[in-house]
Amino acid sequence: MTVNPNLVGRAFPPVGPYLVGREKVREFARAVFATNPIFTDSAAARAEGFADVVAPPTFPVVIQEHTLNQLLSEPDANIDFSRVVHGDQRFQYSRPVVAGDELTATLEVTSVKTLGAHAMVTSESVMTDATGAHVVTAISTLVVRGEE
Amino acid sequence: MPLGLSVGDSIDTTTVHLDRVSLVRYAGASGDFNPIHFRDDVAASVGLPGVLAHGMLTMGFAVQPLMNYLGARGRLADYGVRFTRPIVVDSESGADVTIETKVGAVMDDAIRFDLTVTFNGETVLGKAQAQVVFD
Repeated sequence: MTVNPNLVGRAFPPVGPYLVGREKVREFARAVFATNPIFTDSAAARAEGFADVVAPPTFPVVIQEHTLNQLLSEPDANIDFSRVVHGDQRFQYSRPVVAGDELTATLEVTSVKTLGAHAMVTSESVMTDATGAHVVTAISTLVVRGEE
Repeated sequence: MPLGLSVGDSIDTTTVHLDRVSLVRYAGASGDFNPIHFRDDVAASVGLPGVLAHGMLTMGFAVQPLMNYLGARGRLADYGVRFTRPIVVDSESGADVTIETKVGAVMDDAIRFDLTVTFNGETVLGKAQAQVVFD
């Protein structure tokens, strides 16, 4: 079973809006050893000009996860989740995510490559705020290991 | 020249100690409950050398020394990594992961910081780069 190469260019229905909660940001900040107070203390974040606590740089992965689940459960994708390994990850930011943001994410598959028995699937989750302005794009490459 | 930095300057070296609680905490915070990150039996059954840290946990903490250094100076515009080697987190001794943050490139209004993240003397992330803009 190989990954369907016709996935390239496929866009999925928007996910969200996802409301970024202050306590979720704090929980995530603790989990990634974020110690700058802008990530946990609303007053410290406001003093630096942010509306509320700032989400650590990799926080959008929480929302990306919801969009990738759309891809993994696509009936004709032929992606065996038990064989999936995270190959690389990138975020391109227009601004930091802050608590109170309502983010909508739209996934598009941008590349499917095969390398020997393995397949590499790259997709982009474009996240916009309640005004429609771009906030961050999360780009992920999943490696689907071939059968031995 | 932003922040008065030059290519090759090392701005920070930090060691993060991971234990199994760190992995469970990240699983809950991120929603990634793949059992290879907290169950030895499942990790062994799929041929892994032990319970592994989430790659996204490593990416998440690797940029924190830079966040502390920058404060409100500059804005992170781009952050990317390649996951090249796993971090095995022993149930008793955990895992110590070291992050060195260096200046990779200096532009008029931006700096690229290169992160070298090592565990047991080997790098675990490839091409770990964070671009900070000063606008």
